[in-house]
Order: sequence, then C-alpha cells, then structure tokens
Amino acid sequence: MKVSRVLAYTTRHLFLYKRSLPRLMEVFYWPVLDLLLWGFVSVYLGRHAGDVPGFVTFFIGALILWDILFRSQQGISVSFLEDMWSRNLLNIFVSPLSPAEYVSSLMLISIVKLLLTSTVMATLAWLFYSFDIFTLGFALIPLIANLVVMGWSVGIITMALILRFGQEAEILAWGVALFFQPVSAVFYPVEVLPGWVRTIALFVPSSHVFEGMRKVISNGGFPTEDLIWAFSLNAVYIASAALFFSWNFSVVKKKGLLAKVGE
Amino acid sequence: MSSGVNSIVEVAGLTKVFNGTTAVDNISFEMYEGEILGLIGPNGAGKTTTLQMLLGLTTPTSGQIRLFGLDLRKNREEILNKVNFSSSYISLPFSLTVRENLMVFARLYGVREPKKMINGLLETFEIDGIGNIPTRRLSSGQITRVCLCKALLNNPRVLFLDEPTASLDPDIADKTRKLLQRIRKDNGLSILYTSHNMKEMEELSDRILFMDRGKVIALGRPEEIEKKFHGASLEEVFLKIARLE
Repeated sequence: MKVSRVLAYTTRHLFLYKRSLPRLMEVFYWPVLDLLLWGFVSVYLGRHAGDVPGFVTFFIGALILWDILFRSQQGISVSFLEDMWSRNLLNIFVSPLSPAEYVSSLMLISIVKLLLTSTVMATLAWLFYSFDIFTLGFALIPLIANLVVMGWSVGIITMALILRFGQEAEILAWGVALFFQPVSAVFYPVEVLPGWVRTIALFVPSSHVFEGMRKVISNGGFPTEDLIWAFSLNAVYIASAALFFSWNFSVVKKKGLLAKVGE
Repeated sequence: MSSGVNSIVEVAGLTKVFNGTTAVDNISFEMYEGEILGLIGPNGAGKTTTLQMLLGLTTPTSGQIRLFGLDLRKNREEILNKVNFSSSYISLPFSLTVRENLMVFARLYGVREPKKMINGLLETFEIDGIGNIPTRRLSSGQITRVCLCKALLNNPRVLFLDEPTASLDPDIADKTRKLLQRIRKDNGLSILYTSHNMKEMEELSDRILFMDRGKVIALGRPEEIEKKFHGASLEEVFLKIARLE
C-alpha cells in the first residue's frame, strides 16, 4: 500500500467538491435540512408532550451521530458511483493504484466529508437548540469512530455489489444505511423493540453506540460495555467487508465485468 | 514461451472462457520493443477480451502474460507503472478541469515534475488552451486527446490503445497517428492498437495480429496478411473474413 497513491486519488474527490455546487449541497443541504426540521419537531414535542427528560438533547445528538454513519457509508459508495458515472473506472484499475488503495482513498474522503457535515451540524445544533455535542465528552471520539467504521463496512459491501451487478444495484448506494436505522435504536432505546428485533439489534454496532450516547447524556461517565460491543462487532464486520470486496473483485475480473461496470 | 531479447510483451496459450463460450482460444504472440502492433478482427473476435487480459482487467482462464519479462499476475504494480491505456470509450471525471484530471493521474503514476509534463503534453496535442476548462465542456475529440495525454503521462514503455482515433476528425486523427509514430521513434514506445479503420492500421502498424472467433488467424506485416488472404488491401481482407461467417 502506497500512501502517496491513496492521497493522490483522494485529491480527485477534493477537486470535485471544490468545483461542484450540487456535490457540495449533498454534503451540507440534506444534513442541515434534517437538523432544522427534526430539531424543531423535537423541541415542540419536548415542550408539549415530553415526559422524557432530555428529550431534545437525545434527539439532536442522535440526529448528528446518525448522519455520521450515513455520510460515512455514502462517502464510500457515492464516491465510487462518481467514478462509475464518469467512465473513469478503467483509468483507475489500469493504473498502479491497487483496489485496497482505492478503497482507502474513499475512506479518507468520507472522513473529510463527514468532518465538514458534522462541523456544520454541530454548530447549528448549538446555535438553534443550545445543544453542545461536546457534552458527550471523551466518549464522543469512540462513539463517532464506531459509526464511521460501520458506515465504511456498509459502503464497501455496497460498492462490491454495484461492481458485481452494475447499475441495477446503484440504488443501494443511496439508502442502504437506512435499512439499519430501525434496529440501530437511533431515536429510542433498544428496550422498546420487540424481543426478536432486540436480538438483531444486539449484533448491530450502531445500536450499542446510540445506547451508549443516551447513557452518557443521562448519567455522564463512559459507556465502556457498549463500546466494547460496538468495537468487537465492527472489527468483525469491517474485516468481513474487506474480504467480501476482495473476493467479489476477483469474481468480477474472472467474469470480465470490470470493463462493463456502468454500462 | 520464447524469450526474444527485445520481446516486451509475451503471450502464451492465452484462453478465456465465459460461461462455456470461448472468447479467446489459446492465443500466443509476442510484441517487440518499439513496435506498433495492430489488433484487428470482426466484432466478437476476442480483441477487447485480449486487451482487457493484457491490462489485468480480466483474469484469463488459462495461459500466461508476461510484460518486461515479468508475470502480470504476480507483478501487477510494477508492470502497470510502465504501461498505460486509452480508449475512445472511456472518459475522465466531468467536473474536474483538464489539468486537475491530469494532475490526479500524474500523482497516481508518481510523475516527477507533473506540471511540466502536463503542460508539455497539452501543447503536443494542441489543447493547451483547454487546461482550465471542466472536462464536461469538451467535445468528444478533445476528451479523446486529453485521455491520450493521460496515457502518456508516465512515459509508458507499452501503450494499449482501443480505437483511439474513433472520435477524432481526419485532421486531428492524422496528427495523432503522426505523433504516436514520433513518440515511438523518440522513446522506443511499443503500442498495441485496435481500430476498425483499416487504412489507419496499414499506415501505422509494423505488424498486424488478425483475430477471428477467439483465435489468431494471421500475424505479420500488413502486406504479408494481404498476400496470405489474396486481398488488395487490409480492408478487403477484413471484409472477406468477416463475410465468411
């Protein structure tokens, strides 16, 4: 793995965001809209129907953290789509850039994108709702790290499926993370889920992250147990995603599909 | 596999089977340093699959590909650093300017003094005026020339070209051919080239590799091919073979 090549390919996406207003809107528009809409809904509900202490804080915190997972997944899969749409994939895969370096560059760009988005969201949350994301303290770093890694796992698997099944699988890039939202217990505790869904949630890293977030907001401290669960599951999932991508890439090359992606 | 002293690409027993259909059937050939080898054949002859296997984009079912004496499967990075590819069927990210696109690839190939290299190539292809224009605003002929600039960024020793002049007007196509011949002469560049323009093939190629139904049916100088198939021109030979099917 050559860092210089990873950085070189990351600049391709940085150039894109520098030049393209629609792409910049993708980074800022939806997250800000989400925050404003659901933030005000939660303020209203918190005033008139809320028995739940810290309702608004839970909700806004969950919104910002969920967006991190979502952007992290899209940072991989939508960036890959950009290359597919611009018929650039052949240029990439006949260059010395290895598939691992390519995926690493997409991971890097996803970090850049979510840093931009999160900074704007956190600032707006502070301005409009007096929500300070840093009340999560030191726990914020491992909570975010787990969401980023889970987003990468989902993004890498999505990218592998698009490589294999072409444009038919493109839809996955936009919404596959949402599939995990109900079992991630983003806006409610895991305990409200039916028993069998709770069992599924146990194996979803983000459910532990959001449980951990609520514990920190309610009682302070550090959600060690939740983070151990999340880190352990993420270690398994990111390794599985990498193996799946690698296996799938070799299948795509055997089937001669690499040159046809995007057709 | 024979190992001629100046053999730069060696292909032996190369076969590709897709779901029981043989696209490339046990082909063997060599390409020499500084040679322009034209790859021709009717649609479905196996040219594209062969090109994709030579670039490591498609895994062969069997056979061996060696470039610079190295096995492609085991030395991908080292080999791809010394080769490049262009096709009229691929493009570059639309939102980026020409210079930005070329800069990304110059960094990927580890080009020293990338700005100087990019300026030189843009000038050579007579497109130095479009360096700061987003790629989406270019004509197809301009995109083809930018892709050719990309293909020459790393001073490749072997260049794979898939119908590189397909979208160029006759004037620019002629200039491109002359330019490729000049670079070949100056740098000893080897070019493997596909085209459906038989006149161009005759003009440009030192040797022709004629494929049909996955097999190499002829390999030799254009005039040798014409003699073998009793045709007055390469185009006549091509039509004879295509219409035999």
